[in-house]
Amino acid sequence: MSMSLLGIILGIAFFIVTQAQTSGFETFFIQTILGSNGAIRVSDRFQDTTGTVSQVSEDGSTKFIFNSREGARYSVGIQNPDLLKEGISFFNSVTGVSETLEGNGVIETGSRSQSVEFLGIRTEDHVLVSDLENQVIIGEIGDFSSDKMSVLVGSRIAQRLNIKIADRLYLKGALRSIPLRVGGIFETGVSQIDKRRIYINLQTARAFTGKKSGGSVFQIAIKDPDQATQISAQMQETFGHRVVSWQEREKVWLEVFRALRISSAITVSSILLLSGLGIFNVFAIMVIEKTRDIAILRSIGFTPSDVSAIFLWQGVIVLAAGITLGCLVGYLCTHGISRIPLRIRGIFTTDNFVVNWDLNHYLWASVIAAVFVSIASWIPARRASRIDPAKILREAN
Amino acid sequence: MTFSNNQNLVLQAQDLEYSFIDGEERVNVLQGISLELIAGEVASVVGPSGCGKSTLLYLLGLLDRPERGDIFFEGNSLAQSSDQIRTTWRNEKIGFVFQFHFLIKELTVRENVSLPLRKLGMSEQDALSKAEGILERLGLADKIDRFANKLSGGEQQRVAIARALANSPKLLLADEPTGNLDSTNSQRVFDVFLQFAQEEKIAVLLVTHNPEIARRCDRIIRMVDGKIVI
Repeated sequence: MSMSLLGIILGIAFFIVTQAQTSGFETFFIQTILGSNGAIRVSDRFQDTTGTVSQVSEDGSTKFIFNSREGARYSVGIQNPDLLKEGISFFNSVTGVSETLEGNGVIETGSRSQSVEFLGIRTEDHVLVSDLENQVIIGEIGDFSSDKMSVLVGSRIAQRLNIKIADRLYLKGALRSIPLRVGGIFETGVSQIDKRRIYINLQTARAFTGKKSGGSVFQIAIKDPDQATQISAQMQETFGHRVVSWQEREKVWLEVFRALRISSAITVSSILLLSGLGIFNVFAIMVIEKTRDIAILRSIGFTPSDVSAIFLWQGVIVLAAGITLGCLVGYLCTHGISRIPLRIRGIFTTDNFVVNWDLNHYLWASVIAAVFVSIASWIPARRASRIDPAKILREAN
Repeated sequence: MTFSNNQNLVLQAQDLEYSFIDGEERVNVLQGISLELIAGEVASVVGPSGCGKSTLLYLLGLLDRPERGDIFFEGNSLAQSSDQIRTTWRNEKIGFVFQFHFLIKELTVRENVSLPLRKLGMSEQDALSKAEGILERLGLADKIDRFANKLSGGEQQRVAIARALANSPKLLLADEPTGNLDSTNSQRVFDVFLQFAQEEKIAVLLVTHNPEIARRCDRIIRMVDGKIVI
């Protein structure tokens, strides 16, 4: 029985630890991408294709026409940002809207150059939809916002080109080249962003691209990022723009994390299943060994339910001890693992194991253990309650 | 057959029949058994092995059901009543003693005796206290905290009797209670039955192969081939 109890303890602890890790990395990834790219992105406007006649009356006077977005064409970006921004402000859940102008270019520092993606922003709007303020690791975001010719450079770009604060560099495009002063270096933790992105002033970006208006993209923050999918769908339906939630944008990575989480849960649950089988075996043998004692109890007035209760209570005791100790061991292991150094530079950046402290992990571990132990106790308990005392005592006597 | 209306009547068995299938053959274990027991009476059931003595005891003790006939306990028909009712009667009114003591070895003597009392709803403290009192009356006061398997055969059987008497039953059924004891211990155990039958007005029905014990009983019921013979 002690080995089965140990199995329950370890099963619960492993479940908690693995879920804390996988959901920890997932949560960290979500925070990172929300902090960098916002919850919702509004971009191109649909140009509906219309005019397909599905039904025409005999005299030709009545036609049923439908509009379809199948094979729809888009006009690039947002053409009337102020009007759209006003429309978006009617959504109560929206906490910030940042108009951005995206494009590609090459930055040159004199001796070196690198192709980059620039993002033209209004700093005061963009800090509402991103974590940019906290992502600036060298320099001040205030310096960047106060100088229209300032640039924020991703940490990996700065590292590669050996860029420092107040350095001068050129952003070159197909049409023109503009001089910029390095106002700060930022790090999102997402290496794809840190090695490709720079932030410049929105007006400067318009001047650089030659787009005096239009062509921009909105990055939106909302109160509850988990609602992004539904709100995106509503916005797309309302405004006729392409609206993408962070869940859709990062679907591939989210699926990977989900698969990992489920996979580890299934693997660890098998430990609990084996422990449950162990408990079942112990109880089943106990019922066989204690058949005579059970018959005696029945002879002195114990009901079948009383007999069942004896085994079920033992299961409850094992379960209670397993859950208590398992959760404690799981908590301590999670705490210990969060301190283990682990250098990750990829879809996000971290120097330690990232763990997520979530009561649901403890709850689910306990529920799974409870299901297995309950079944493992209930079957032998039922068998014990069905023992015929007269038969057993007659044979024993 | 008629039955007396004696107010001291504890048990009436009426035309009990019981059989089982052995291979392809039906074995009629009990064939129309009728008997009565009154309060304070000590009766013995004697007969050759396989004549149905133990089966009769299990039927009267409500551990098994007869195929035909009825069992009246203090006027209540119980042969076909629900398991719940029969179990309650067993707990409150009937005590069992077997040839082998059948004590639970993981429990102390006192805990073994307190089991029926706990089932009756008594608190642990009260149950242990009452058990101690019964054990004292049976001369086992110094053994109450020992584990059952650390006692001698005679002592274990007295503990089993104490357990059977714990709930102050109206009927005590004993299946060869002295069958595993030497003559001294047999007499000692039987003296306990007599003492409680007289003092507590308990009806005692015991199956025995010991003619000396049988002779000391108020009545001897002889069985042959599932029938009571005069």
